[in-house]
Amino acid sequence: MMTAVPISWFLTLSAVLFSLGVAGFLFRRNIITVFMSIELMLNAVNLSFVTFSYQHKEVAGHILTFFVMVVAAAEAAVGLAIILTVFKNRATLNIDDISSMKN
Amino acid sequence: MDVILFLIFAAIAVVCAINVVVQTHPISSALSLVGVMGSLAVLYLLLGAEFIAAAQVIVYAGAIMVLFIFVIMLLNAGAEARKGRSYMVQFLGVPLLIFFLGLAAYFVQRMFPANTMVRFGGFTCAGTQTGESCGGAETVGRALFKTYLLPFEVTSILILIAIVGAIVLARKELES
Amino acid sequence: MESFLVLSVIKAAIVFAVLMTTLAYLQWVERKVIAHIQVRPGPYRVGPHGLLQPLADVIKLITKEDLLPPYVNKPFYLLAPFLAITMALVSISVIPFGPILHIGPIDIGPLHIPAFETAMQLTDLNIGVLFILAASSMGVYGIALAGWSSNNKYALLGAMRSSAQMISYELPMSLAIASPLLVSNTLSLRKLVESQEGSMLNWNVLHGPFPQIVSFVIFLIAAFAETNRVPFDLPEAENELVAGFHTEYSSMKFASFFMAEYANIITVSIMACLLFLGGWVAPWPAEYGSNFVPPLIFAAAGLIALYHGFNAARKRDSYTFPVFGVVFLLLAGFFLVPMVQGWLLPLFWFVAKTGVVIFAFMWVRGTLPRFRYDQLMGFTWKYLFPVAMLNLLVTAFLVAWTTK
Repeated sequence: MMTAVPISWFLTLSAVLFSLGVAGFLFRRNIITVFMSIELMLNAVNLSFVTFSYQHKEVAGHILTFFVMVVAAAEAAVGLAIILTVFKNRATLNIDDISSMKN
Repeated sequence: MDVILFLIFAAIAVVCAINVVVQTHPISSALSLVGVMGSLAVLYLLLGAEFIAAAQVIVYAGAIMVLFIFVIMLLNAGAEARKGRSYMVQFLGVPLLIFFLGLAAYFVQRMFPANTMVRFGGFTCAGTQTGESCGGAETVGRALFKTYLLPFEVTSILILIAIVGAIVLARKELES
Repeated sequence: MESFLVLSVIKAAIVFAVLMTTLAYLQWVERKVIAHIQVRPGPYRVGPHGLLQPLADVIKLITKEDLLPPYVNKPFYLLAPFLAITMALVSISVIPFGPILHIGPIDIGPLHIPAFETAMQLTDLNIGVLFILAASSMGVYGIALAGWSSNNKYALLGAMRSSAQMISYELPMSLAIASPLLVSNTLSLRKLVESQEGSMLNWNVLHGPFPQIVSFVIFLIAAFAETNRVPFDLPEAENELVAGFHTEYSSMKFASFFMAEYANIITVSIMACLLFLGGWVAPWPAEYGSNFVPPLIFAAAGLIALYHGFNAARKRDSYTFPVFGVVFLLLAGFFLVPMVQGWLLPLFWFVAKTGVVIFAFMWVRGTLPRFRYDQLMGFTWKYLFPVAMLNLLVTAFLVAWTTK
């Protein structure tokens, strides 16, 4: 019975979460769910950073994770404000119906 | 013990991530994403990243996702309608994804042979002083404010830009 | 490893039992305090001086019909009270109640337990303060989901207002927490209290390069708003928006929201006590006689109770007050036993300071009117947050200047 987890398992988990995020980004029609898939991808990348930081015994990976979180927060704020404005103008959240540039 | 914890929380993370992609109503997706973030916070604790785990719960799960949930509740757009998809996507998509992920897992396993093991409490690094853990707030703070000061200041300007942008976009139009 | 687990389970059971009883009786204390502020007796008939009122309320809440309305979103409706009460109770696991106990070897018949030491705390995390902040951030979800799943526009409005208020006041609260952390230089709750050891002049509210009085006031104001208490309780007051986010909840689910609110009040009072008022440290050291203060307080309470018992205004008081008087005198005697003084005195000071802050919560509830919602939000973003930031800047500057 192992008492420690091989590091490749963490990276595999990160790959799984990232690909699920890409799948959600490409296949979903609701714009908020697309946005949440982007957040899922960012979380998967954060897990990779922390894992590599453990492997190299450096704290720089944690710092980069922190910056990714900050950028994700800023992007979530502005992105949701844009979504609100789009909803006010088009009254729909389906990205197929918002896609034309002239209404 | 570490293996059991990893397996449980990795399983929760994958199930919640599949839920994010599969659920029709955005609120269910948002709550599943909160579940992913919570289980990732536990995995960060296993990797010795205490400060990042706390920041994940406070900032990501406790603030950003609350913002998502507010917007979904305000817009109240309802569940997404399922449109028909081509058979090729439905029957080839999932097996291809599993095949690709298996390939990626195999290559990752080859590149990182099993001599690098993660155990709880095994994260020790060079930049600590006595009595503090490497992923704790003191070490991260010291690195953040000494070595990485310039990116830190740049991100604070980034947040200022985001605040101004969000307020400008979301306010009511002034009567002019 | 096994002894650690067994010890933790025993400690968790004790803390949970005491916490649940405290939650129930805190409601009794609140009703009595508000009643006496309004010059009326409060709960009086159920048991002596209403002491069995919480029991009656628990029986009522359990036996009420626990209905599940058909128009609600069932998974979220059932998840919301569970989230609320879990996040409220999980913060208690990192709170230190006293110093480290050294329990000597115990020999009871064939059972021999060697001497060991254990902290009066379930676990001491390096990032204890961040853990409590994280638990209170997650508590917002319980309220937001409760309002959303109820399928009721008033509940949704109340939930949105309440969640927006909670996340807005988290900012000044975090800044007000950061200032004494700069002075104490640690995030672990046990080391935070140990850095305030000595006397009252060492407490963070009076000590250090910049006494943290402003932070204390900001923390208390933000704590009132975080726990949705008067004067910030517009989202859940009885005469506003029906009952706010818990309109559609009945019986045990309503009881869990109720318990979650009181658990939040206890948590923020304990945070105020640990961060600012010095935790379990006595106001002046034991050499100058602070060990006699608790017995004196209890003896005085006992004598006052006996006096009122013999000059009773109402007939019932003539046999309830003397009983209380004798109980208080026995407690005063208990405090003088030297064997229990090691853990009982720090626990007394901890409970006394937390109790003072909780009494302040109830006092304010009986006294102040409530804010309108736009006044409330304007207050935090325009006044409280800049003051908290300024306070943090001044504290940081003074700490950096005086530490080399």
